[in-house]
Amino acid sequence: MSNSAEKIKTSTKKVFVWSAVWILATAGVAFGPKNLWNFDTWITIIAVVIHIGIGLVLITALRQNLLAMDELHRKIHLDAMAWSLGIGLVLGCTYEMLEDIKLITFQPEIPHLILTMSLAYVAGVVQGIRKYQ
Amino acid sequence: MKNRLKVLRAERDWTQSDLANELGVSRQTVNAIEKGKFDPSLPLAFKIGRLFQLPIEQVFQYD
Repeated sequence: MSNSAEKIKTSTKKVFVWSAVWILATAGVAFGPKNLWNFDTWITIIAVVIHIGIGLVLITALRQNLLAMDELHRKIHLDAMAWSLGIGLVLGCTYEMLEDIKLITFQPEIPHLILTMSLAYVAGVVQGIRKYQ
Repeated sequence: MKNRLKVLRAERDWTQSDLANELGVSRQTVNAIEKGKFDPSLPLAFKIGRLFQLPIEQVFQYD
Protein backbone atom coordinates (compact mmCIF):
# COMPACT_ATOMS: atom_id res chain seq x y z
CA MET A 1 0.00 0.00 0.00
CA SER A 2 1.37 3.44 -0.93
CA ASN A 3 2.25 6.02 1.69
CA SER A 4 -0.67 8.30 0.76
CA ALA A 5 -3.16 5.41 0.88
CA GLU A 6 -1.82 4.46 4.31
CA LYS A 7 -2.20 8.07 5.48
CA ILE A 8 -5.84 8.19 4.32
CA LYS A 9 -6.58 4.85 5.99
CA THR A 10 -5.11 6.04 9.30
CA SER A 11 -6.92 9.40 9.24
CA THR A 12 -10.22 7.73 8.26
CA LYS A 13 -9.85 5.34 11.21
CA LYS A 14 -9.32 8.35 13.48
CA VAL A 15 -12.51 9.98 12.13
CA PHE A 16 -14.51 6.81 12.85
CA VAL A 17 -13.10 6.48 16.37
CA TRP A 18 -13.68 10.14 17.27
CA SER A 19 -17.17 10.06 15.71
CA ALA A 20 -18.04 7.11 17.94
CA VAL A 21 -16.60 8.87 21.01
CA TRP A 22 -18.52 12.06 20.13
CA ILE A 23 -21.79 10.12 19.76
CA LEU A 24 -21.20 8.55 23.19
CA ALA A 25 -20.45 11.99 24.68
CA THR A 26 -23.62 13.37 23.05
CA ALA A 27 -25.63 10.55 24.60
CA GLY A 28 -23.97 11.29 27.94
CA VAL A 29 -24.97 14.97 27.82
CA ALA A 30 -28.48 14.16 26.58
CA PHE A 31 -29.36 11.41 29.03
CA GLY A 32 -26.78 11.69 31.83
CA PRO A 33 -28.28 14.62 33.79
CA LYS A 34 -31.62 12.87 34.24
CA ASN A 35 -30.55 9.23 34.44
CA LEU A 36 -27.04 9.25 35.93
CA TRP A 37 -26.31 12.30 38.09
CA ASN A 38 -29.74 13.78 38.87
CA PHE A 39 -29.11 17.19 37.25
CA ASP A 40 -26.03 17.98 39.37
CA THR A 41 -24.99 21.32 37.81
CA TRP A 42 -21.21 20.86 38.05
CA ILE A 43 -21.22 17.36 36.59
CA THR A 44 -23.45 18.63 33.77
CA ILE A 45 -21.09 21.54 33.07
CA ILE A 46 -18.10 19.14 33.00
CA ALA A 47 -20.01 16.81 30.66
CA VAL A 48 -20.84 19.71 28.31
CA VAL A 49 -17.21 20.91 28.29
CA ILE A 50 -15.98 17.37 27.55
CA HIS A 51 -18.60 17.10 24.79
CA ILE A 52 -17.41 20.33 23.17
CA GLY A 53 -13.74 19.27 23.54
CA ILE A 54 -14.40 15.93 21.85
CA GLY A 55 -16.32 17.78 19.13
CA LEU A 56 -13.28 19.99 18.47
CA VAL A 57 -11.02 16.92 18.26
CA LEU A 58 -13.50 15.39 15.79
CA ILE A 59 -13.40 18.54 13.64
CA THR A 60 -9.57 18.38 13.62
CA ALA A 61 -9.67 14.69 12.67
CA LEU A 62 -12.08 15.46 9.81
CA ARG A 63 -9.80 18.25 8.58
CA GLN A 64 -6.76 15.93 8.73
CA ASN A 65 -8.73 13.34 6.78
CA LEU A 66 -9.55 15.92 4.11
CA LEU A 67 -5.91 17.00 3.90
CA ALA A 68 -4.74 13.38 3.57
CA MET A 69 -6.89 12.87 0.46
CA ASP A 70 -5.51 13.41 -3.03
CA GLU A 71 -6.83 16.44 -4.91
CA LEU A 72 -9.63 14.65 -6.78
CA HIS A 73 -11.08 13.10 -3.63
CA ARG A 74 -10.70 16.37 -1.75
CA LYS A 75 -12.68 18.09 -4.51
CA ILE A 76 -15.38 15.39 -4.38
CA HIS A 77 -15.73 15.80 -0.61
CA LEU A 78 -15.63 19.62 -0.68
CA ASP A 79 -18.32 19.66 -3.40
CA ALA A 80 -20.42 17.29 -1.28
CA MET A 81 -19.91 19.53 1.76
CA ALA A 82 -21.06 22.55 -0.28
CA TRP A 83 -24.24 20.68 -1.23
CA SER A 84 -24.78 19.59 2.35
CA LEU A 85 -24.31 23.12 3.72
CA GLY A 86 -26.47 24.70 1.00
CA ILE A 87 -29.29 22.21 1.40
CA GLY A 88 -29.05 22.49 5.19
CA LEU A 89 -29.30 26.26 5.06
CA VAL A 90 -32.08 26.53 2.45
CA LEU A 91 -34.23 23.65 3.69
CA GLY A 92 -33.42 24.42 7.33
CA CYS A 93 -34.76 27.98 7.07
CA THR A 94 -37.92 26.83 5.29
CA TYR A 95 -38.42 23.89 7.65
CA GLU A 96 -38.05 26.14 10.69
CA MET A 97 -40.85 28.42 9.36
CA LEU A 98 -43.29 25.61 8.52
CA GLU A 99 -44.73 25.40 12.03
CA ASP A 100 -45.01 29.20 12.36
CA ILE A 101 -47.01 29.43 9.14
CA LYS A 102 -49.19 26.43 10.16
CA LEU A 103 -48.13 24.07 7.39
CA ILE A 104 -47.03 21.41 9.88
CA THR A 105 -48.35 20.72 13.36
CA PHE A 106 -45.19 19.32 14.95
CA GLN A 107 -42.12 21.18 16.24
CA PRO A 108 -39.19 21.18 13.74
CA GLU A 109 -36.26 19.30 15.28
CA ILE A 110 -32.50 19.78 14.75
CA PRO A 111 -31.91 16.00 14.24
CA HIS A 112 -34.14 16.15 11.14
CA LEU A 113 -31.84 18.82 9.72
CA ILE A 114 -28.70 16.86 10.67
CA LEU A 115 -30.12 13.76 8.96
CA THR A 116 -30.98 15.74 5.82
CA MET A 117 -27.49 17.28 5.70
CA SER A 118 -25.86 13.87 6.24
CA LEU A 119 -27.91 12.32 3.43
CA ALA A 120 -27.06 15.26 1.14
CA TYR A 121 -23.35 14.76 1.96
CA VAL A 122 -23.44 11.02 1.25
CA ALA A 123 -25.40 11.61 -1.99
CA GLY A 124 -22.87 14.28 -3.00
CA VAL A 125 -19.91 11.94 -2.42
CA VAL A 126 -21.58 9.09 -4.35
CA GLN A 127 -22.45 11.46 -7.22
CA GLY A 128 -18.87 12.79 -7.25
CA ILE A 129 -17.31 9.33 -7.32
CA ARG A 130 -19.59 8.31 -10.20
CA LYS A 131 -18.87 11.53 -12.09
CA TYR A 132 -15.11 10.97 -12.09
CA GLN A 133 -15.17 7.19 -12.68
CA MET B 1 -7.90 20.37 -21.37
CA LYS B 2 -6.44 17.48 -23.40
CA ASN B 3 -3.48 15.41 -22.29
CA ARG B 4 -1.17 12.64 -23.47
CA LEU B 5 -1.00 10.88 -20.14
CA LYS B 6 -2.42 7.58 -21.39
CA VAL B 7 0.04 7.46 -24.32
CA LEU B 8 3.02 8.39 -22.15
CA ARG B 9 2.02 5.79 -19.59
CA ALA B 10 1.56 3.11 -22.26
CA GLU B 11 5.00 3.92 -23.75
CA ARG B 12 6.54 3.03 -20.40
CA ASP B 13 4.29 0.01 -19.96
CA TRP B 14 2.96 1.34 -16.67
CA THR B 15 -0.45 0.55 -15.23
CA GLN B 16 -2.66 3.30 -13.83
CA SER B 17 -1.79 2.01 -10.36
CA ASP B 18 1.95 2.27 -11.09
CA LEU B 19 1.53 5.87 -12.19
CA ALA B 20 -0.75 6.66 -9.24
CA ASN B 21 1.89 5.33 -6.83
CA GLU B 22 4.61 7.39 -8.48
CA LEU B 23 2.48 10.53 -8.21
CA GLY B 24 1.11 9.84 -4.73
CA VAL B 25 -2.52 9.95 -5.87
CA SER B 26 -5.26 7.36 -6.26
CA ARG B 27 -5.79 5.24 -9.37
CA GLN B 28 -9.18 6.90 -9.79
CA THR B 29 -7.45 10.28 -10.04
CA VAL B 30 -5.10 9.05 -12.77
CA ASN B 31 -8.07 7.56 -14.63
CA ALA B 32 -10.08 10.81 -14.35
CA ILE B 33 -7.12 12.86 -15.65
CA GLU B 34 -6.56 10.48 -18.56
CA LYS B 35 -10.21 10.66 -19.55
CA GLY B 36 -10.13 14.46 -19.36
CA LYS B 37 -12.77 14.50 -16.63
CA PHE B 38 -10.48 16.14 -14.08
CA ASP B 39 -7.81 18.78 -14.59
CA PRO B 40 -4.90 18.37 -12.15
CA SER B 41 -3.58 21.23 -10.05
CA LEU B 42 -0.47 23.02 -11.22
CA PRO B 43 1.80 21.21 -8.70
CA LEU B 44 0.48 17.81 -9.82
CA ALA B 45 0.84 18.79 -13.49
CA PHE B 46 4.48 19.77 -12.84
CA LYS B 47 5.02 16.49 -11.01
CA ILE B 48 3.65 14.59 -14.01
CA GLY B 49 5.86 16.56 -16.38
CA ARG B 50 8.92 15.90 -14.21
CA LEU B 51 8.10 12.19 -13.98
CA PHE B 52 7.97 11.87 -17.77
CA GLN B 53 10.88 14.31 -18.15
CA LEU B 54 8.79 16.54 -20.38
CA PRO B 55 7.68 20.18 -20.17
CA ILE B 56 4.05 20.56 -19.03
CA GLU B 57 2.89 21.78 -22.46
CA GLN B 58 4.03 18.50 -24.02
CA VAL B 59 1.79 16.59 -21.64
CA PHE B 60 -1.21 18.95 -21.39
CA GLN B 61 -2.76 21.02 -24.16
CA TYR B 62 -5.37 23.67 -23.50
CA ASP B 63 -8.40 23.29 -25.84
